[in-house]
Amino acid sequence: MEIDPFIFRLSIFILSIFIGYYVVWSVTPSLHTPLMSVTNAISSVIIVGAIIASLAGSSENVFSASSTFGFIAIILAAINIFGGFLVTQRMLQMYKKKKGKK
Amino acid sequence: MISANLSAVFYLISGILFILALRGLSSPDTSRQGNYFGIAGMIIAIVVTFLSVGSFSTSLVYVIIFLIIGGAIGAFIAFKIPMTAMPELVAGFHSLVGLAAVFVAIAAYLNPESFNLGTIGSIKLASLIEMSIGASVGAITFSGSIIAFLKLRGIMSGSPIIFSGQHFLNLILGVAIFVSIFYLCKTQSDSIFWTVIAISFLVGVLLIIPIGGADMPVVISMLNSYSGWAAAGIGFTLENTALIITGALVGSSGAILSYIMCKAMNRSFVSVILGGFGADNSSDKTKEKKDQKPVKSGNAEDAAFLMKNASSVIIVPGYGMAVAQAQHALREMVDKLKKNDIKVTYAIHPVAGRMPGHMNVLLAEANVPYDEVFELEDINNDFANSDVAFVIGANDVTNPAAKTDPKSPIFGMPVLDVEKCKSVLFVKRSLSPGYAGVDNELFYKDNTLMLFADAKKMTEDIVKNLD
Repeated sequence: MEIDPFIFRLSIFILSIFIGYYVVWSVTPSLHTPLMSVTNAISSVIIVGAIIASLAGSSENVFSASSTFGFIAIILAAINIFGGFLVTQRMLQMYKKKKGKK
Repeated sequence: MISANLSAVFYLISGILFILALRGLSSPDTSRQGNYFGIAGMIIAIVVTFLSVGSFSTSLVYVIIFLIIGGAIGAFIAFKIPMTAMPELVAGFHSLVGLAAVFVAIAAYLNPESFNLGTIGSIKLASLIEMSIGASVGAITFSGSIIAFLKLRGIMSGSPIIFSGQHFLNLILGVAIFVSIFYLCKTQSDSIFWTVIAISFLVGVLLIIPIGGADMPVVISMLNSYSGWAAAGIGFTLENTALIITGALVGSSGAILSYIMCKAMNRSFVSVILGGFGADNSSDKTKEKKDQKPVKSGNAEDAAFLMKNASSVIIVPGYGMAVAQAQHALREMVDKLKKNDIKVTYAIHPVAGRMPGHMNVLLAEANVPYDEVFELEDINNDFANSDVAFVIGANDVTNPAAKTDPKSPIFGMPVLDVEKCKSVLFVKRSLSPGYAGVDNELFYKDNTLMLFADAKKMTEDIVKNLD
């Protein structure tokens, strides 16, 4: 009997939880705020679903019910992606070692 | 158009890049590189999605337009937001992830063909379960984050909202969601799908309103975790590895942060979720005691004198510093002290502020080198050997009652041993208790000098007196 592809995805999911567990414990506490903003940004990879939904509309009917939800989701996720990565960058920029000053 | 296998490989690569992005945060030196990995992962995921759909109709133009609109809004927010408002920003961003998850689930439900999930009315069972779970968790994340945002922003009172039967109601609604999903699978009825989402929105609100301001670091971390699980749920629906990996990473990240925050407050996760902390602790007994005990209070001149004659000073910042935006004035004060060869370090309690790492970011913004900033367990032994502790905007995290008074609601919480310093300078606006609603014994100790003023103003005055 063949293994259902769902089981493979579940395996990836569970292994990723373990990876997440070990990686996040190694994050230094002083960077917990950037950690939250960057996890925010990467979880917006949900935009791939929004893009698929939006592109599914036909040329005559670009804004079908389904693709309209997709379009809105694109805006929401894009705010998060740009906002999340940029604000993280802005924060991390401040964590540079200050040289010359003591 | 690229094959499904090839795009799956690319999604895997972007998942790996996301892992590396988090990995980079293990040290400030590697963190910026980590962020670039994250950005690269995101670009790969988006480009591959375009290529795998392949049909570039007029829709593409709109997709790009909306992408740019969203991106511009996001970039604008990212550059404008003051660092003190990070907790609200993160809560707001969580709500967007949640809502996006809901909308993607709805889009998939309304047009399952484009996602290869079957046809309307006969969506594959597994997909239906996955998308309704994704939508439900997404909806809870959305409405919960909105409440957290309103509380952090001060639009809604930070005090817990409690009514009788609250937990019972939540339980019933939780069960109702599962029952509805079960019937959704049997009947594929639209109205049940909408019901699931509507109940979930309600649950999100009900979950967060009983949680008080002091527990906000836990709430934000928890919502972070939820947004991850929602993304993973959608990832299963779309059979997308990048989304599954990311969801798992974010989910466990948020869960770990919640755990760290709970431990730092010596509270169980369950008691935080049940809420009500800090609502009814202001008993009359503590108020009476307060009136009887004398408090020494001083002014900026006294404080400057004390610090000038010290050889080591430890700064203990808290949420009050963020509210007063005092971090830059503080840095100025520290610069002056350092010129007089006084050793200055910063001690940060894990729950200082309204989100994990909040104080560290503010100090970094004020150009404080991160190697002068220490976590609780690394610096706590130093208080006994230091001359002055300068407590600015922190309160409950310095309360010795957590160690001595088993009746105190915060008993057992790890606290900074501020009272062991030769003298303590405590900047505070009044004697009012902190968010936990507990009176701080530290105010009445012989070696404590209270500085009643706004944190920023007091610090500026001290700076003037240091000359």
